[in-house]
Amino acid sequence: MASAADLHSELFLNALTQVSSRFIGSLGTIIVKCKDLRVIQLDIPGMEECLNIASSIEALSTLDSVSLMYPFFYRPLFEVIEDGWQLFVPEEAFKDLESMTDEWRLSEVNKDFSVCPSYPSLLTVPKDIDDESLCKAASFRHGGRFPVLSYYHKKNGMVMMRAAQPLTGTNGRRCKEDEKLINATLCAGKRGYIIDTRTIAVAQQAKARGGGFEQEANYPQWRRIHKAIERSNVLQESLIKLVEACNDQSHSMDRWLSKLEASNWQSHVKEILTTACLAAQCIDREGASVLVHGTEGTDSTLQVTSLAQIILDPACRTIRGFEALIEREWLQAGHPFQQRCAQSAYSNGKPRSEAPVFLLFLDCVWQILRQFPCSFQFNENFLIMLFEHTYASQFGTFLGNSVGERVKLQLSQKTVSLWSWVNRPQEMERFLNPLYEPNNLVIWPSVAPQSLLLWEGVFLRWNRSTKCLDEAYQEMVHIIEYNKELQNKVNSLRRQLAQLETEDNPLQTP
Amino acid sequence: MEHIRTPKVEQVKLLDRFSNKSVTGTLHLTATHLIFVESNSTSAQEIWILHHHIASVEKLSLTTSGCPLLIQCRNFRVVHFVIPRERDCHDIYSSLLRLLRPVSYDELYAFSYNPKQNDQQREEGWQLIDLAAEFERMGVPCDQWQLTDVNREYKVCETYPRDLYVPITASKPIIVGSSKFRSKGRFPVLTYFYQEKKAAVCRCSQPLSGFSARCLEDEHMLQAISKSNHNSRYIYVMDTRPKLNALANRAAGKGYENEDNYSNIRFQFVGIENIHVMRGSLQKLLEVMGTRSLSMTDYLVGLENSGWLRHIKAIMDAAIFLARAVTVEGASVLVHCSDGWDRTAQVCALGSLLMDPYYRTIKGFMVLIEKDWISFGHKFADRCDQLDPDPKEVSPIFTQFLECVWQLTEQFPQAFEFSEWFLIQIHEHVHSCQFGNFLGNSQRQREDLQLKERTYSLWAHLLSEKQNYLNPVYSPSFAESHPVLEPSTQAYHFKFWRNMYHQYDRSMHPRQSILKHVLTLKESNRELEGTVQALKTKLQKFGVSTSPLKPQTPPRERSLPPRPQSLILGAPLLSRKEVQQEEDEEVIGEEAREDAPASTGGERTVEGNSATENGYGELKESFGSKNEPSVVTLEFGVARMTC
Repeated sequence: MASAADLHSELFLNALTQVSSRFIGSLGTIIVKCKDLRVIQLDIPGMEECLNIASSIEALSTLDSVSLMYPFFYRPLFEVIEDGWQLFVPEEAFKDLESMTDEWRLSEVNKDFSVCPSYPSLLTVPKDIDDESLCKAASFRHGGRFPVLSYYHKKNGMVMMRAAQPLTGTNGRRCKEDEKLINATLCAGKRGYIIDTRTIAVAQQAKARGGGFEQEANYPQWRRIHKAIERSNVLQESLIKLVEACNDQSHSMDRWLSKLEASNWQSHVKEILTTACLAAQCIDREGASVLVHGTEGTDSTLQVTSLAQIILDPACRTIRGFEALIEREWLQAGHPFQQRCAQSAYSNGKPRSEAPVFLLFLDCVWQILRQFPCSFQFNENFLIMLFEHTYASQFGTFLGNSVGERVKLQLSQKTVSLWSWVNRPQEMERFLNPLYEPNNLVIWPSVAPQSLLLWEGVFLRWNRSTKCLDEAYQEMVHIIEYNKELQNKVNSLRRQLAQLETEDNPLQTP
Repeated sequence: MEHIRTPKVEQVKLLDRFSNKSVTGTLHLTATHLIFVESNSTSAQEIWILHHHIASVEKLSLTTSGCPLLIQCRNFRVVHFVIPRERDCHDIYSSLLRLLRPVSYDELYAFSYNPKQNDQQREEGWQLIDLAAEFERMGVPCDQWQLTDVNREYKVCETYPRDLYVPITASKPIIVGSSKFRSKGRFPVLTYFYQEKKAAVCRCSQPLSGFSARCLEDEHMLQAISKSNHNSRYIYVMDTRPKLNALANRAAGKGYENEDNYSNIRFQFVGIENIHVMRGSLQKLLEVMGTRSLSMTDYLVGLENSGWLRHIKAIMDAAIFLARAVTVEGASVLVHCSDGWDRTAQVCALGSLLMDPYYRTIKGFMVLIEKDWISFGHKFADRCDQLDPDPKEVSPIFTQFLECVWQLTEQFPQAFEFSEWFLIQIHEHVHSCQFGNFLGNSQRQREDLQLKERTYSLWAHLLSEKQNYLNPVYSPSFAESHPVLEPSTQAYHFKFWRNMYHQYDRSMHPRQSILKHVLTLKESNRELEGTVQALKTKLQKFGVSTSPLKPQTPPRERSLPPRPQSLILGAPLLSRKEVQQEEDEEVIGEEAREDAPASTGGERTVEGNSATENGYGELKESFGSKNEPSVVTLEFGVARMTC
């Protein structure tokens, strides 16, 4: 039952997060709050009918079992030409790496997901480290997430690795294999940076629960830097406050600014971007390798490593490259999408693991896109589309919390991949940035608060009219396309002329 | 020149405002400019600062590297020099103090500025804007409104222009009587006529009503305005002040209209704060924005506490009220504040801009400024601190108006013929005193100064580089479908205008400009259309003509819009000759120099793009230090590895 809620949209029930109903006389009103932050009101005459509908919606939108979710029932109305499930396999990525360096190997140590349940079966590790050492290092890292390669910077051969926190505990445990593993990524005499996404205080506290951070004494070749990216529950609260502020139309200027400030959302954006810039700076400017981790290595760590790659690697700014980045650094790296993206901002109660970690990443990408509008092959719509599909989708791509879970759910056989749909030329058209012109530069965004804006395309999407903005955008597209058309015309006329000229000349000068 | 003790100082350091970067160069002091020329650099950036733009010069306490000199400009540029010798610093400091405080109008730049035009060209420049023609465009004079010569000699009101439009039924005694009852003699006159509904927008100053005084002529005057509009039985009287301020004025024998004494008026307070509050607000805003390593929280709290956007919204709300009353209800509106030259000018001008698409064109916007600001006596000299400064008179009233227009361009990107660079450029010249338009406080004073004979008009200058200020997505058909703009006043629509207040802080702006890119394409489209035509003609000729064809000449390389000199990518180029205070060759980021693809055109490069410039953090300790690193951040421009 997909209810036609307004004139031109169909709502999928898994896109709803909160249903409430109230009555005035016999006229019932159902308020439906969606995961894409839209709020819809349905007026239904008849109390009983209204209650029935409300409870059906409620039941259907809060399914417990993954296998009952829409992607398992969705049958595409288009022909799958290029199967998205097969598009981004680790072997392919490794082939690229092999062409640049022979320092790395593909390990199958996690082939049955037993060494690290949240890692994929194939992992890129230093050539000289054997699987046995990997297992030992895994036992020293939270959730078994031992350091693996995240990014190889072609320009200077520096690398970015990611992991989870080391399990030093209060008595300062150490692990020779872990030390050896990360030291193996350093060139002789070179030092590297460890970016801990937590503040030193938070990292200290983690020791009491068995976690911790790398001690200088044991990692003398590394310099540790602490940043302050918040934990996921804080981010969720921030999102709820932000959306609340955006939805209240009655704010005075002062109240709006103070609510925006109190949500802290923009601060999170700034902090995450700053940390990513720092990681990129270490690699590109300092010529040092970097290890990034937070606590579990599945949230802030991935925000930093993926954003750093967008800054450093022009390939990540193309559509395919960006999809590959999401596949590599989020899906295969084990970001728990199903836990994090269950309810969005209108959650009833407080699901503990819900958090807009990925949305914040998209927001940061949007900020960079705003500052470098000609450097990305995709436009804002592409990012918004991804936001929607992480929370509610007919495709199986974002189901499950790890590669292991996805294999178990047999998603690649039972569901359609988002990429199969997105990459079709008909769909792609909407997501192309008309201003795009590839460049091979490292793009350093400004992180000054004056340079960071509220992402209106997501947060004010349902509250403001964008007609004028859309028309202006269309006009811009028109100018760009007209230019291409004219250029083609000039070229073809020139060719024609040149042809006539050569044909004519022999006659002219016999 | 007698004020310049040291015309040239070498080895001066220019510090970046937000990072630890600095460049060394030579400082020159001329009669009109302070110039910094970077030495030892291929790109040798130059900074030209017009003395009139300098708001304050401050000598900071001596440091080991020299004597710091902090200069803040009215166009929101802040420069920080370190001069090696204290003596030189003091010389520059005291020369500047003298130079930036001209004592007579003759010292203003406009009287020495010469763009190499002859007298005829100059005259033509001044004739570009004709207010009589503008009133004619509105449909005035007409059967209800007429031109009065009562102020021909500036006898009734010396801050008004000579030509004033009043209702036909308002006789001279009524006008004179009314003017005596209005502060500074600024009696109600027409400023905009909405032809469609025959509704008028009139402006004046506050009545001298005190607690109980009344004036029959003034009451007649309002009645006459009301009667001239058959569409509505009442007129609105908008007092743009907060009610409290108006009440306080009563004690000084001024105040507001008593609804009981005036028939058929609807009285309304709007609540825009006075010049002192606005001055303080901007000061607070700039203070916050100038903070180094500003946190997001401090930024948003500072933005809120400054109240700046609240004031902008208040002005916008008032203008919207005015536009609705006129266009929807068809009622005439009388707008005033205290003297009727600050808030009144803001509301009348912005309201007219909402109602009339003409004012959203380049020429129309000039006309609007000429009419509601210059001719009706907004005190530019006092507000912009041109001469003989009284700090209590300075206030960013006109800046606020420009910002309101910018906020509108953000909501209606296709409604304006001009882009924000036009607004910023006007702002620049309101303070530059390079052109005569904004000099002085009133029309009468401008005539006394013989500005039209002795100075040049800004409008001619701006029109000559019009292509720089065009909005590429402007659509005249938008004006047809939206003759009246109805902006949303939701708080989230009001944004901080970074390109104005951080114009000179390069690191904060996008490194690729959509505006500039699209403008270039649009210009290129025009040329390509020409080329297509030319080729077609050639092809046609080819068939008939027997003469050998000449080798093809490639189409002329386009040069517009030129590379920006402003720090913001996409800002229009200002020729150095004309606007010397514009500065700064762009430093193209290291990456761009290293491996910019050859195909990348100038406008597509990623400019000024380096990691250190963005200041993601500062490396506090070097690698070798044995200290336990607590919270350490990096600035790699400074950091050195010791391995």
